[in-house]
Amino acid sequence: MNLLEQQLIDEYQKGLPVCSRPYLEMGNRLGASESDVVSALTRLKENGMLSRIGPVFNHKKAGASTLAAMAVPEDELAAVAERVNAFEGVNHNYAREHKFNLWFVVTAPDQGQLQTALKEIELSGGYKVMSLPMVKSHFIDLGFKVKWQ
Amino acid sequence: MDEISQLRLRKAIQNGLPLTQQPYLTLAQELRLTEDQVMQTINDWQDDGMIKRFGLVVKHHTLGYKANAMVVWDIPADKVDEVGELLSLCDAVTLCYQRPRQLPEWNYNLFSMIHGQDRDTVLQQLADIIEQNGLSGFKNDVLFSYKLFKQCGGQYVQASTEKLSKSLVSQGATL
Repeated sequence: MNLLEQQLIDEYQKGLPVCSRPYLEMGNRLGASESDVVSALTRLKENGMLSRIGPVFNHKKAGASTLAAMAVPEDELAAVAERVNAFEGVNHNYAREHKFNLWFVVTAPDQGQLQTALKEIELSGGYKVMSLPMVKSHFIDLGFKVKWQ
Repeated sequence: MDEISQLRLRKAIQNGLPLTQQPYLTLAQELRLTEDQVMQTINDWQDDGMIKRFGLVVKHHTLGYKANAMVVWDIPADKVDEVGELLSLCDAVTLCYQRPRQLPEWNYNLFSMIHGQDRDTVLQQLADIIEQNGLSGFKNDVLFSYKLFKQCGGQYVQASTEKLSKSLVSQGATL
């Protein structure tokens, strides 16, 4: 990873400029050209370092969401995960070390559609869904501080 | 900007901005809006908290943070706010939410996330957090992830969003 890529990750996990040529402005601040910034961001995306460049929405204001878990026999886990992933509202989906071994976030435009989606996921997945919606956030998301080696 | 245009803009940006010289103009052209409307709306959403953070969204795993632990805690109701605040102030903690218990199978009501280079680092960070904040009296469990099946932005606006689908039917538009 080159210096510009590291600087972009350090400086722009929040406060991406909202102006006509944001990548030019970012380059001006970091001493790089607009095209250098665009190619660095393109590389970071292609290499899988970035999920996206854009908004992180507030769960509560943007719609409805919940953290859901299933307890699935280990030999069926990949197949169940694939069926769960087929739902548009499922974003993060991880296997974790616990009796509840499949953990995923489900989002929907509103609470009614979220509950419908959870029922459909349960039917399609074949195992009971435990839903754990957020009650309170203690965290202000300022991005992730990477310790460069 | 009307509600339908707002929904369409949210759908257009929830998976990221285009990497063109003028990304807001590119979006505006796709959505038949002006560049100013797009920029103003994104600014409004940041001001009113609809957007919490606007910028690069990293993937921890590819950046070398291979160990991802969801650390869950069982904290009495009268202490959970205080412990939540303490955890959220720890450098290693990247998320901290209260969630309901689901008895009898799920006893934990506070969820935190720790991303680290490897498993041992994360366990050491957790031990430090427990010691420095006096949390040894509370039961916790550490759920390391061992497989990532899907990771993308929250799809709040979906093809099924009622208003959007009605308007699209009437406009004959595609997203």
